[in-house]
Amino acid sequence: MVEEKKGPISSNFFTMVFVLTIVAVLSALALGLTYVTTKDRIRLNSQLETQRAIRKVLPSNYDNDPTRDRYTVSDEEGEALSCFPARRDGKLVGTAIKTYSDEGFNERIELMVGFDPDQRIIDIYVCEQSETPGLGNKIGQASFIEQFRNISLQQVPGFELVVGREIDGITAATISSRAFCDAVNRAYRVLSRGRKR
Amino acid sequence: MNILREFKRGIIQENAVFVLLLGMCPTLGVTTSAFNGLGMGIATTAVLICSNLVISMLKSVIPQKVRIPVFIVVIASFVTMVELLMEAYLPDLFKALGIFIPLIVVNCIILGRAEVFASKRGVLPSMLDGLVMGTGFTIALFVLGSVREILGNGAIFNQKFVAEDASTIIFFILPPGAFVALGYLVAIFNRMKRERSETDN
Amino acid sequence: MDYIVIIFTAIFVNNIVLHRFFGICPFLGVSARLNTAMGMSVAVTFVMTLSTLVTSLIHAFVLVPHQVEFLRTVSFILVIASLVQMVELVLKKVSPPMYKALGIYLPLITTNCAILGVAVLATQREYGVLTSVVFGFANALGFGLALIIFAAMRERFTLYGLPESLDGAPIALITAGIISLAFMGFSGMFQ
Repeated sequence: MVEEKKGPISSNFFTMVFVLTIVAVLSALALGLTYVTTKDRIRLNSQLETQRAIRKVLPSNYDNDPTRDRYTVSDEEGEALSCFPARRDGKLVGTAIKTYSDEGFNERIELMVGFDPDQRIIDIYVCEQSETPGLGNKIGQASFIEQFRNISLQQVPGFELVVGREIDGITAATISSRAFCDAVNRAYRVLSRGRKR
Repeated sequence: MNILREFKRGIIQENAVFVLLLGMCPTLGVTTSAFNGLGMGIATTAVLICSNLVISMLKSVIPQKVRIPVFIVVIASFVTMVELLMEAYLPDLFKALGIFIPLIVVNCIILGRAEVFASKRGVLPSMLDGLVMGTGFTIALFVLGSVREILGNGAIFNQKFVAEDASTIIFFILPPGAFVALGYLVAIFNRMKRERSETDN
Repeated sequence: MDYIVIIFTAIFVNNIVLHRFFGICPFLGVSARLNTAMGMSVAVTFVMTLSTLVTSLIHAFVLVPHQVEFLRTVSFILVIASLVQMVELVLKKVSPPMYKALGIYLPLITTNCAILGVAVLATQREYGVLTSVVFGFANALGFGLALIIFAAMRERFTLYGLPESLDGAPIALITAGIISLAFMGFSGMFQ
């Protein structure tokens, strides 16, 4: 099938600048429009995600919105960790802390750790991880997280969990296991620091 | 324009992945599961059709010397739109495909079709070309994703069909496995094509 | 910021080609001969370092302050395309034989996922400008390393008879897989 080929217009300075400018402007308009249409939904998605993580690590008997009462505390490296207090009738029933560790294999590991009012670990939820499939990514499994439940870090030597001591690491995934502990310890330190206020 | 013949061209004779060997990065990077492969394939096909459409409409007003920058702006804009729409309405797929979504813009298939086809042909043929090449790409990704998921995880579309603690060939979920699986798939595809053309002769 | 860790991790542990799958197209295309591989590595190193510098500056001083991060993909790829054009022109003047040798592959650096991929990765990890440049440079070294190892091996294939179906891309991919497997041994070395 033969189609008549229309020759493009000549490539002089003015036509080039003109066409490029028009294309750029149209593109900017289209993108701006798409952005404005989607940004609320995107923010909502991330909020829902956080709320879901909080619900997984705290008991359900709170009547406030922890995301609204969110406060931040800085860790030793200057990064601000988000803390979400859960209250019932004004009394604290638990705190969820969004923590991280950069000691994993690939990108940053992010966890949501739920503490009860006595700073005991209730539960942990893995928000983000990109560890090795089949090995390191088992840190998301219940069998691994189970070990952390009910631990009170105040009673642990040095106030931090160590793989090989309190925690059994995943076979052939020591680094991922250690990174997980690093994140949990960080959350605890931030929790205590927040308490001192 | 024989539509069936066009689809055969896109899926078999000029399959973007198995024959032209284009778009390797997402092919290897996101095919850890059949669903991810399918999602990336469809996203890329959408961008391909839209960019072919626009470039074909504009072909007579784009000065020859600036055609590449114009193609890039058009393609990058559609990719950004896909990025934003996915982040808003398909957040799980967005997270799974991760960094490979913006990388759709450097998928050689899209720029290649723009240069070779859309900038020279009419609007409808260009859209069809985008559709068939995109379909070939999607099928390739789906097949590779399925192979890797079945062998590597004992699952398909996240449904495990082996026991929970059964040993699977994790190798195929890892980077080396992607290379090897694709290598063998290309070899098998070549072999099938060769046998086909031998019986045709 | 621990630069040494970043550099060694980028070159060995998270090698951009063998682990992240960035830059495969030129990888398969250019790696047949050792000296084209070296030329390509140098060109990519130059472009990648320069592009991470410019893109991280744009991200820090233009995109973030005006809250238009969604324009990241468009602005980055345009910067990269321009830089590649520049490198082409410079190379034509400075070293015509190298320019001829690299031929079609030079403009293909624009569509090299590695360049855009590294630039986006640096912004996702929220690296500062200097760290981004170090990251870009290190990843380019990793690319060059993978490319050169691969080219050296590929030159040897021509000496062996291969089954017809496996010849060309399939054996190249399978070899890349084995090299990638070898590189997995570096995991966890630099913590």
